[in-house]
Amino acid sequence: MTVSASLKQPAAGLTSRFSTYLYSRPRMLLLLLLVPPLLWLGIIYLGSLFSLLLQSFFQLDDFTGHVVMQPTVGNYLRLVTSTNVAIITRTAGMAAIVTLIAAAIAFPLAYYMARYAGGRMKALFYVAVMLPLWSNYLVRVYAWKLILAKEGAIHWVVNHLGLGDVLDWILSLPVVEGSSLSTSYIGTTITFVYIWLPYMILPIQAALERVPRSLIEASSDLGAKPGETFRKVILPLSIPGVAAGSIFTFSLTLGDYIIPQMIGSSRPFIGQAVYQFQGTSGDIPMAAAFAMVPIAIMAVYLAIAKRFGAFDAL
Amino acid sequence: MTDHKTSIAVSFQSVSRHYGAVKAVDNVSFDILDGEFFAMLGPSGSGKTTCLRLIAGFEQPTEGTVAIHGKPMMGVPPYDRDVNTVFQDYALFPHMTVLENVGYGLMIKKVPSAERNKRAQEMLDMVALGSFGARKPSQLSGGQRQRVALARALVNRPSVLLLDEPLGALDLKLREQMQVELKAIQRQVGITFIYVTHDQGEALSMSDRIAVFNHGKIEQLAAPQELYERPRTAFVAGFVGVSNLLTPEVAQRLTGINASCSIRPEKIQLQPANSAIPAANAGRAMSVQGTVESVLYLGAGSRYEVALQGGGELTVMQQNSESGFRPAQGEPVLLWWNGSDLLRLQD
Repeated sequence: MTVSASLKQPAAGLTSRFSTYLYSRPRMLLLLLLVPPLLWLGIIYLGSLFSLLLQSFFQLDDFTGHVVMQPTVGNYLRLVTSTNVAIITRTAGMAAIVTLIAAAIAFPLAYYMARYAGGRMKALFYVAVMLPLWSNYLVRVYAWKLILAKEGAIHWVVNHLGLGDVLDWILSLPVVEGSSLSTSYIGTTITFVYIWLPYMILPIQAALERVPRSLIEASSDLGAKPGETFRKVILPLSIPGVAAGSIFTFSLTLGDYIIPQMIGSSRPFIGQAVYQFQGTSGDIPMAAAFAMVPIAIMAVYLAIAKRFGAFDAL
Repeated sequence: MTDHKTSIAVSFQSVSRHYGAVKAVDNVSFDILDGEFFAMLGPSGSGKTTCLRLIAGFEQPTEGTVAIHGKPMMGVPPYDRDVNTVFQDYALFPHMTVLENVGYGLMIKKVPSAERNKRAQEMLDMVALGSFGARKPSQLSGGQRQRVALARALVNRPSVLLLDEPLGALDLKLREQMQVELKAIQRQVGITFIYVTHDQGEALSMSDRIAVFNHGKIEQLAAPQELYERPRTAFVAGFVGVSNLLTPEVAQRLTGINASCSIRPEKIQLQPANSAIPAANAGRAMSVQGTVESVLYLGAGSRYEVALQGGGELTVMQQNSESGFRPAQGEPVLLWWNGSDLLRLQD
């Protein structure tokens, strides 16, 4: 073998040459990896949101049924009429209550999962929390409709406990007003809380899991009793998790139109209003204006959460 | 030493801590004196950290009693103990400022906020972080966090301060600087420091006394100098500094002692082969011929691996001086040492 022959590199294949090319140009690799998802995010995702915003400034011509492409705030003025304001406050109020209840139920569960359950027990809890998500959403809502109905399980149990009058009294209260749980706001709330609970448990659990044991020991070492440690250390550090969970439950409730349609009083929520405007009446611009409401509410909500330091520990 | 040394700060009486079949701490008894800088030294899993956690109250003994200032601590939770801990990961509260972190213990004790902030600020001044009070822990370097953790513990004026490998996460230079600072702070505040470390150099340089842990037991408890110069077991001889361990057979051949022995590499002298041992040492010296196998240049000194005539090998450390004997690899040499530097070990 001659020296020159032994120094000759083996002929590189196309893929190997491409790998080498990318290896020596990490920015190019990054660009290749990021461009498709960025295009998706930019055009399909934000683009459609932008077109929604644009649509909301057009108006439907009542006579022709055509959309008039001239900017106007007419739709937004229609939003603040009393009927529509009622829809918005109803939906936002429901979202707030559902979020509070979900947080109250999720926190102890998440706390147990993060701090006490180990190994198999933790796996069991994960499955138990996730299991409902594996079955069909509509089926679960229908199941609740049956459970909450006048002839359903809850009414039956309450009546047999001799508390039927109490339930009737609660159902006759203002705002609640319904002939049975399945036609009252209470039923809507219960179903919402049930459906969104996993989205609250998991972020809180993740936040609690990230609190190192040594912080709890340090607090105790510095003289804090368990209750004080909880209030001063564990709770503040879990707030980002609660905030993340509440963003899920709050925004999901704001946008949902199936549960309020099937369970509860027939008074509409934002989702139903959007559905009705774009479907029944074909008023796409008004539907778009209505669709901007949850976005605006969420922006305000996040600003308030930030104000209260919800993301400080992130 | 002054008389306050005679009172006992922490006492372990036949203490065991088992995790299932694992004996993390295995029937250990010892006393830590008031005002002393006490190190618990050992490899990971030797039980030193468990002992610290038993004092802090994060663990309860399976058997035996831990007493702090004479009071048995059975069933006393951490928040009712007059001790504070500096954690290995510092465990600073990320959602509080540095000043709030330091003032945490005082806040829990309901010290009014004006006094709390004043004392916390004084502590921060002492650890040279006076102007960092408004920062969050995430805005500090490792060494700064370490000092905040120290201030947070000391501000409560505990009777005993527990330190769990507090310098473990710092780089060498900072670690050496903090060793000096910690020692100075201990002298200044005058409270008992109990210091867990796996770094023998750290333990030797800072402590009044050191307990060497291995497999949940204390191998030896002594002052640094005694520990280094009179290691009682092969483990201590090997863990604290570098030692030549001689098996009973080699020791028998070299010295006539039929037991495991150890000798420090720097206690062995090298001379040209067949030269005479200095007259002053001749009477009590032991010697053997050998050949230099390898030389490792370490700057101030060199480390020689010497193969002995008749088998065996010794590591020798010699200062590098212009005039001194500096044998090369393959050179025959005479090794000698004072008989008193050879230590009989317990098995």
